[in-house]
Amino acid sequence: MKDVSVIISGFGGQGALFAGILLCHAAVVEGKHTTWFPSYGAEMRGGAVNCCVNISDKEIPSPVVDTVDVVIALNDASQKKFENKVKKGGFMILNSSLSHIPTTRNDISYIKLPLNDLAQKLLQPAFINVMALGAFIEKTSALKLESVIESMKEMSKTVSAKKAALLPNNIESLNFGAELIRNQAVVV
Amino acid sequence: MAKVLVKGNEAIAQAAINAGCQCYFGYPITPQSEIGEYMGAHLPEMGRNFITAESELASINMVIGAGTTGTKAMTSSSSCGIALMQEAISAMCCAEVPGVIVSVMRGGPGLGNIAPAQGDYFQAVKGGGNGDYKTIVLSPSTVQEAIDLTYRAFYLSLKYRNPVMLLADGLLGQMMEPADFGEYPYKDPDVSTWALNGADNRPARNIVSLHMPEGELEQLSNRIFEKYEKIKKEETTYEGFMLEDAKLVLTAFGTVGRIAKSAVLKARGEGMKVGLFRPVTLFPFPEKQLNDVAKNADMVLDLELNQGQMLLDVRSSVFGACPVEFYGRSGGGMLTPDMIFEKVKELYAAINKTKVGVK
Repeated sequence: MKDVSVIISGFGGQGALFAGILLCHAAVVEGKHTTWFPSYGAEMRGGAVNCCVNISDKEIPSPVVDTVDVVIALNDASQKKFENKVKKGGFMILNSSLSHIPTTRNDISYIKLPLNDLAQKLLQPAFINVMALGAFIEKTSALKLESVIESMKEMSKTVSAKKAALLPNNIESLNFGAELIRNQAVVV
Repeated sequence: MAKVLVKGNEAIAQAAINAGCQCYFGYPITPQSEIGEYMGAHLPEMGRNFITAESELASINMVIGAGTTGTKAMTSSSSCGIALMQEAISAMCCAEVPGVIVSVMRGGPGLGNIAPAQGDYFQAVKGGGNGDYKTIVLSPSTVQEAIDLTYRAFYLSLKYRNPVMLLADGLLGQMMEPADFGEYPYKDPDVSTWALNGADNRPARNIVSLHMPEGELEQLSNRIFEKYEKIKKEETTYEGFMLEDAKLVLTAFGTVGRIAKSAVLKARGEGMKVGLFRPVTLFPFPEKQLNDVAKNADMVLDLELNQGQMLLDVRSSVFGACPVEFYGRSGGGMLTPDMIFEKVKELYAAINKTKVGVK
């Protein structure tokens, strides 16, 4: 596997940090090296939060990277902030439900998914962060979807019953995100 | 044991628990609050002691109390909080009280900010307290190393009856990566010969940091500095990475060490003979080891998230064997692999140019 680096960003509450942790967990399930580094400032309450995840078959020296292969931007502020962080030839997953600003680069590709609108079709509550993660996994083949599902099951054992009950919703969101890429329904 | 995904701060806390830490005293501060949180969630249910102290000053003095009884105790804080503990750390060194202090650095001076930084090298290694003393300082660069060095901190603290500081930064505290806790690998020394454990069947003992009779303090000072010499001989550790043929040697501690490693790999990919020397113990500093490396190098480049603090130890270790350059960012600014790589490229070209000139 090729090394993958991704920034997941959104406003506090959209689950950008959780999506990153889930991705890291799945990497550990597959025995890979991985690092997760979050923004940990006051932005947790409403501002733009982000985390950077690296996955590799080899030891990862620096968790800090200059550019990444993929940026998942769950809102417009994140799109603006991280568009220039994507490596040439990389791509961005944009949440077109919440971001209507124009894209500015022609050396990367964009996958526009109206995540909040699409989420209405799913078992409620549905999760746009996990939908985006499903799309990312499907597009990059960085990990297997099953590893993410296994991680969700593992993690659901350590959380409250109320949260654990949302496991089916999470799995559906993940699979739905992957299907969006598989069917090339909304890829731009 | 299998690797688990764990956050740096929580790894330090769990490692302290595994090491047999009986008491944690602390006051919350970003970016290390998870340590106290984790201890609060786990120590009481294990029948151990957890106190959210009223201040950092109180925390470290509670550590002294526990330490005098030979009990493994820890506190943790960040930059400005650690500043408040300096008087007590000096007292611990004088009274030879063990204790572990975790410092997860943030931007300074003053209250500064909460971003990762390394501006407390002097504070940790040279000490902000009064008098002649040394704190053993361990500097982890990965979550795995944070676990291993937390174990080592408890052991060394009891072995030498001296405070040990684990010096991390906000990046290591907040990041997650897979790590293996294993088991606490050390056999702790017997404390019954000195600990205040009740004087029922023995003469009373005193553990103090005030020595008024003439000559007593000088004698003590000489004795603890003999101890520090022993620590220098026996406990100095560092990591060398691609040093064998390195013409340009990077020096960096903690997180910057691993960021620099990425730059070394990139430079090697372009045929530049670059290596990394990363001190793991900051006191004792690997002076001789760095000097040996510098003798075979054309230049040393010191990298830090401050304006140049470890730089002084690097310079005195290199001792003129080759030129020493510095590159750093301060106030919470982060060094990235590309920034370091660009600096490496620039200096490497300068080295080769000078050499051609000499010929």
